[in-house]
Amino acid sequence: MTTEKQLYTVSVYTENNIGLLNRISAIFQRRQINIESLNISVSEIVGVSRFTILINMSEEQIKKIIGQIEKQVEVIKAYYHTDDDTIYQESCLFKIKSDLLFEERQIQNIVKDSNAHIVTVNKEFFVLEKSGRRAELETLHKALSVFGIMQFVRSARIAVTKDELKISEMLNAFKN
Amino acid sequence: MEILTAIQKQYLEQPKERISGSEAIVRCLLAEGVDVLYGYPGGAIMPVYDELYKYEDKINHVLTRHEQCAAHAAQGYARISGKVGVAIATSGPGATNLVTGIADAQIDSTPIVCITGQVPSYLLGSDAFQETDIVGISTPVTKWNHQVTKASQIPEIIARAFYIAKSGRPGPVLIDITKDAQFEEFDFQYKKCTGVRSYVPVPKTDSLSVTAAAELINSAKKPLIIWGQGIILSKAEEELKALVEKAGIPAAWTIMGASALPTSHPLNIGMVGMHGNYAPNVLTNDCDVLIAIGMRFDDRVTGKLDEYATQAKIIHFEIDPAEIDKNIQTDVAVLGDAKQSLLQLIPQIKTNSHPEWLQRFKDLYVIEYDKVIKNDLHPTKEGLTMGEVIKEINIQTNGEAAIVSDVGQHQMIACRYADFKVTKSNITSGGLGTMGFALPAAIGAKMAAPEREVVAVIGDGGYQMTIQELGTIFQNKVPVKIVVLNNEFLGMVRQWQQLFFEKRYASTEMVNPNFVAIAQGYYIEAKKVTKREDLASAVKEMIDSDAPYFLEVCVEKEGNVFPMIPTGASVSDIRLE
Repeated sequence: MTTEKQLYTVSVYTENNIGLLNRISAIFQRRQINIESLNISVSEIVGVSRFTILINMSEEQIKKIIGQIEKQVEVIKAYYHTDDDTIYQESCLFKIKSDLLFEERQIQNIVKDSNAHIVTVNKEFFVLEKSGRRAELETLHKALSVFGIMQFVRSARIAVTKDELKISEMLNAFKN
Repeated sequence: MEILTAIQKQYLEQPKERISGSEAIVRCLLAEGVDVLYGYPGGAIMPVYDELYKYEDKINHVLTRHEQCAAHAAQGYARISGKVGVAIATSGPGATNLVTGIADAQIDSTPIVCITGQVPSYLLGSDAFQETDIVGISTPVTKWNHQVTKASQIPEIIARAFYIAKSGRPGPVLIDITKDAQFEEFDFQYKKCTGVRSYVPVPKTDSLSVTAAAELINSAKKPLIIWGQGIILSKAEEELKALVEKAGIPAAWTIMGASALPTSHPLNIGMVGMHGNYAPNVLTNDCDVLIAIGMRFDDRVTGKLDEYATQAKIIHFEIDPAEIDKNIQTDVAVLGDAKQSLLQLIPQIKTNSHPEWLQRFKDLYVIEYDKVIKNDLHPTKEGLTMGEVIKEINIQTNGEAAIVSDVGQHQMIACRYADFKVTKSNITSGGLGTMGFALPAAIGAKMAAPEREVVAVIGDGGYQMTIQELGTIFQNKVPVKIVVLNNEFLGMVRQWQQLFFEKRYASTEMVNPNFVAIAQGYYIEAKKVTKREDLASAVKEMIDSDAPYFLEVCVEKEGNVFPMIPTGASVSDIRLE
């Protein structure tokens, strides 16, 4: 097992209960581990939440963390995956002065080439949305920052796994 | 299968009835078979206390003198009986005072349910009087916790609390109930919880792993068993004994596993860990197969991890999957309940004995006896030793007492020298090392097992952390026997200062009060012993008493506990002096 650090995507299926975020984040906190990004959303199963946590650590460490997470009563199942095991994306929003769209012709080309799409335009500003890999988002950010960005935000990573996760089977097994 | 009492049946088979949330709480406890709970009233829990008053013929509430001690008493109750202990407190400081006991129960896997009152739901988050986020505070130290803001949630949540506390690897659960939910009326009916869909209390035992373990054990030349509290929690004492005897394997215990196999059993080779016995520590690094059962390779057990049993194949019987490979890489992990796993294992084990290997433990015992044990138990110097006090307790109680120890030198001595004949006889704060644990835990233990002799062995430091519980003992006439081993020091810290800090005794010397007078102030019979010739008769008098009894024994001031594995050293580098 490797002791070298790398990025892992942790997927946690849980009951949808208040306090669980606290319980899960405490597991990282007590080991002094920084969460790179965290997303909590509904999952494919009604009433079941899905945490997607991005962590930079060794496999040896992540295995222990997964054990600690799964041990929590309201956690159904936790997994860790490498980038190769998942399809993943992040999204970001740029708020930029509308004037620039006309003054700086270059921006229109950047928008086109980057496959970003314009969410809204008004007299003062326009909002550009881009989803994709971190590097693509960063390239776009770099290209636009020379013109001035009024606001920028990037979402947490979301990821689905290439392999099946079989959560429904697990929950059905409990019923029987 | 749990056998239900008449009272339990009454409240389990009740038709729907409109009652208040607070009355529902009491009925839930009755339905769970709770006969005693420990607590302290206050504003946000008053409706529940009002109901406890009405139900006092069915459920005994014991007023401790501090909420921390309510939690510890619940722990003592749980540890000696295997049942769930219950503590109750008000919001704010009442709730935060429970936290030490909860953390202790978490790290020592003790099933307790704590119920706290909370400010009314419409005041939550407003910094109301005695409001504290106890659910947030207790999250990292509970197995599960939950806040209830509606009366209708009470039965399901309390049922779940008891189920979670007790099942699988046990632990503490905290339920925080807002005052408006306590007042609110609803249609009450109670159903016990039989499962939670996201929670697998006992992982399935893989029969292949059992077979792999059996093969390793059968082929071992120098096998060593180390068992922990998992044996006691899964009631696997008989199975452990059967395995040890059939395979002829020397077996050692962690502090939490003490008493699962009688001390005098010929294959019981003592305690492992920092102040454990010489032979099992040294030979951990010589065995060829190490069989760990229901223990978690705590750092106080393993010493330096990368020099721990590296030569051995490791088999780990464990109920909690998160413990597998956490500290020590295993070769064979057998998940599941210890009793069930051992029942599967034993038929596959060949009858065997390892006389030469066992002899090595005996040889090392002789060395430990000459260097340490002889001086502890049969001292020739003037000062009394802690060891001879424990020896005297063994004699006077015929080894049948439950020893409730606090934390420090006396705890190590008590665990090393107590002559345990019966399981669940060693009640101590193992993982958290909570000074002040013993006196309140002894109250809970004695009340849960009134037929047993319960002797609290406490140092003069820890005693003063919860000394106010003499009031609880007096008011409730709990006949615990309290032995304070007074060396006028925080002895364990002083020992470390002597060995590792060049005798700079920073804040470890204690100027103590008249302990006998304090006990007598609570109308508890009390005696002080300073001379060896008075010890036996004083211990006898204490044990013969039917009432609570306090005995102070003044022991040598600067006695040390050996053997000792210094922090960061390997188990085989254990020091005898």
